[in-house]
Amino acid sequence: MSVDPNAVNSSSGPGLLSRVPVLHWLRTQLFSSPLNTLLTLLTLWLLLATVPAIIDWVFLKSTITATSAQECRKVTGACWAVIVEKHRLILFGVYPYEEQWRPLLATLLLLGVIILSGIRRFWNLSLLVFWLIALTGAAVLMWGGVFGLTHVENSRWGGLPLTLMLSTFGIAFAFPLGIALALGRRSNMPAIKTICIVYIELIRGVPLISLLFMSAVMLPLFLPEGLTIDKLLRAQVAIILFAAAYMAETIRGGLQAIPKGQFEGADSLGLTYWQQTRLIVLPQALKIVIPPLVGLFIALFKDTSLVVIIGIFDLTQAAKAALVDQSWRGFSIEIYVFISAIYFVFCYSMSKYSQSLEKRLATEHQR
Amino acid sequence: MANAIISMQDVNKWYGKFHVLRNINLEVASGERIVICGPSGSGKSTLIRCINRLEEHQKGRIAVEGTEITNDIRHVEAIRRDVGMVFQHFNLFPHLTVLQNLTLGPIWVLKTPKAEAEARAMKYLERVRIAEQASKFPGQLSGGQQQRVAIARSLCMDPKVMLFDEPTSALDPEMVKEVLEVMVKLAEDTGMTMLVVTHEMGFARKVADRVIFMDEGEIIEQNTPDAFFDHPQNERTKLFLSQIIH
Amino acid sequence: MMNLKNTVAAPAPKKNFSWNNPATRAIVYQVLAVALVGGVGWYMVHNTLHNLSVRNITTGFDFLTREAGFAIGEGLITFTPADTYQRAITVGVLNTLRVALCGILFATILGTIIGIARLSKNWLVRTVASVYVEVMRNIPLLLQLFFWYVIIIETMPGPRKAFHPLAGVFISNRGIQIPSVHGEGLTWLLVGLLLAVLLSLTLRVWARRRQDQTGKIFALGRSTLVLLLVTPALAWWLSGTQMSLDVPELKGFNFAGGLTLSPEFAALLFGLVIYTSAFIAEVVRSGIQSVDRGQWEAAGALGIKNSLVLRLVVLPQALRVIIPPMTSQYLNITKNSSLAVAIGYPDLVSVINTTLNQTGQAIEGILMIMAAYLTVSLSISFFMNWYNKRIALVER
Repeated sequence: MSVDPNAVNSSSGPGLLSRVPVLHWLRTQLFSSPLNTLLTLLTLWLLLATVPAIIDWVFLKSTITATSAQECRKVTGACWAVIVEKHRLILFGVYPYEEQWRPLLATLLLLGVIILSGIRRFWNLSLLVFWLIALTGAAVLMWGGVFGLTHVENSRWGGLPLTLMLSTFGIAFAFPLGIALALGRRSNMPAIKTICIVYIELIRGVPLISLLFMSAVMLPLFLPEGLTIDKLLRAQVAIILFAAAYMAETIRGGLQAIPKGQFEGADSLGLTYWQQTRLIVLPQALKIVIPPLVGLFIALFKDTSLVVIIGIFDLTQAAKAALVDQSWRGFSIEIYVFISAIYFVFCYSMSKYSQSLEKRLATEHQR
Repeated sequence: MANAIISMQDVNKWYGKFHVLRNINLEVASGERIVICGPSGSGKSTLIRCINRLEEHQKGRIAVEGTEITNDIRHVEAIRRDVGMVFQHFNLFPHLTVLQNLTLGPIWVLKTPKAEAEARAMKYLERVRIAEQASKFPGQLSGGQQQRVAIARSLCMDPKVMLFDEPTSALDPEMVKEVLEVMVKLAEDTGMTMLVVTHEMGFARKVADRVIFMDEGEIIEQNTPDAFFDHPQNERTKLFLSQIIH
Repeated sequence: MMNLKNTVAAPAPKKNFSWNNPATRAIVYQVLAVALVGGVGWYMVHNTLHNLSVRNITTGFDFLTREAGFAIGEGLITFTPADTYQRAITVGVLNTLRVALCGILFATILGTIIGIARLSKNWLVRTVASVYVEVMRNIPLLLQLFFWYVIIIETMPGPRKAFHPLAGVFISNRGIQIPSVHGEGLTWLLVGLLLAVLLSLTLRVWARRRQDQTGKIFALGRSTLVLLLVTPALAWWLSGTQMSLDVPELKGFNFAGGLTLSPEFAALLFGLVIYTSAFIAEVVRSGIQSVDRGQWEAAGALGIKNSLVLRLVVLPQALRVIIPPMTSQYLNITKNSSLAVAIGYPDLVSVINTTLNQTGQAIEGILMIMAAYLTVSLSISFFMNWYNKRIALVER
């Protein structure tokens, strides 16, 4: 015989506030104690002070249909018309207008392979093949010059495809380098270990921007006279070297998490070092570090925005380019908000995916 | 029962819609040893955790030594000083030595001077036969040793009642014995009131004054150990006893 | 029973230089690796020297003593275009330190509050904090910097119509003006503060000793607070010296007096603080959550009050988990301050970049940048390792 907690009762039983679900929730979640009540009121005040103004600006008083800057300036809210006007410039940079289907396709290709990498069914060697196809495909599409596609100088690449390419190629090439560095750092050979440690600590100790400067300014000096590498490639190399150091540390964490017994078991079977590493150690280590690696990719995606400082036209730079048009001067905030939204959608979805992946992998481990 | 040290009247508790304690009525006399058993999910841990307010009951009345447990924090603190608890997973403080684990409560709650607290701690460490580990950290001890330290830690507060929440369930079989021995010794040498949630029926037979069987939030049956184990009355009790080996 | 006197020492290992000996192979690999790295390095150096001589650029750091010839927008020490490059770089270093230290301070405070808010029982507080963290973490820092800079420059009113939230504080598109304190009285105030700190430390020792002996607990927190407030004021009052408040005033088209936080500094600081506080909030939250619930329960079961449980049991364990990633966030603030070059704040990278462009001494410039940041990050790494070893939980 149980007592219905929602029934009316005298003594210390559940009272009126517990009977009505909404009121009950309000009471426990928002007003359960004097301190809590104070916090709720404070937060509400903060929200009321800021949110209505923001909603006003973003939605209510904004315009999306204005056809010129003068019309927009008359509106007190946001001028989303500038996005409508400039979105192709923002998204694709100064890529020739008629050929913009190519960066679009390249972007979809890269996004496709990233999403594919997230689906567990594809976690085997075929993934490698997909990556190769996607990377070469994207490069061919952007560059042209073959298969009847007109050649497009990479100084005209820009916007979202460029950001995506820089991060994807960066991670793709940094991955094997990172694995090599991580294994080298754990090696018993002092010379190799030292080289790896020096590299990793050096790169991790300095900001990406100094590496980008180095690539822009010093790399030409390192090369023999007459040999030049174009700016974009230099930046890409800097990004790869940067990412490799951070990946190495993350992978090293995964290697450290593998119990000693695994190595001993592999040894007892007579496997060589490289066989062990390839068949037993790396598969387990990489599985462990997938969530932090996704985090690295998200961080790299955000960090590519720095190439704007050395004059490469990525998504962030696109904002500045869109503003160069004097007629639409003064609407930088709208543009920054638009670009922020793109970054946010991308990074947030990746990080949510990573969290769910982590949960799933953790519960499996517990069996 | 007059002068009951613990008195629970019509205690009910819900987790959301789940009715976990149903009309619990229990009187514990001072110096009594009670073993509470039952299938998992029966609410036995919840019952004893209500006694030191680690869980809150929604209906009914719980009183320890005449002080009723309410939302008044001072009552709760007073009761916790007199009620000691030993947890299934020991819950020792890993960043403090064994000695510091034991003196933390006396120094900060009972305001005992340090030297006196340490002397008392060593006394109880000797009682549970682990005095030589005083300067070690919990991470350096085995499970059985940690649980004995946990028992000593509660004893350092000089409680009137000791609650044990499945104290040996997380231990390897060979360590269960050492902890049970300490608990038996505690029962035999002192007049401590003990409420023990456990599956160790040998312990119940040896030490308990009363065995209580709980199922689905209710007290189904309670009796002296011999009567309980040899002549169970209720069908559910019989079913439960047939399922455990004792 | 073994008679130890009769044991023979183990024979020395045979040296066998065949390929099958892993030791030999190790040596060969290492020699190859060093040769490769050394070879590449030598090749690069050779090319560099050649390229530099072709462009008529000398190597070496003598250029530091030459006249700079450019102006720096703001700094803690005076600088004119007639000063040396060396002084310019010093200004840059000081600017970096200024924004990094302020950033670390405010980001820690804001991040800790938000991290704790994420664990609040209050749904509203918890949700607002979560939204903040997710939004700020997923937008690039550079973009946030641009955003804040644009807000200050474009949407803030001119000095004549500046926002006036508190007495003496003005917010306009020229930056933020706050009152500053001058005069001898200031020195006495600081002396008093120092005294207060020393006194509270002594009080702490005395209180601990008293508790050990008698068991009585002393209200240390409240006393320290009173000391910190009263002693400096007392010191100033007794000294009888003057202390004046320099309040910014609108003179003509701009403000005079008081302390000016330039738009660049303000934007950089806001951006850094808001971006990093999101990460710090996560660090604090996971640190507090890492402490098992059983620890709260066990300490509570002993009768210890919640505030004491936090101080004695939970926080020590939580800090172990919090401090390593926290210092790495501090490092990030320092490194991220280099983004200042994008919005025109004259930090270390920005100044050296200008120097580099003017003198062509690219190698030296970049080396200086890397040396500066490496010093900071290696010392922080060093400290981290030392701290980790010291507080590691002792286990079997």
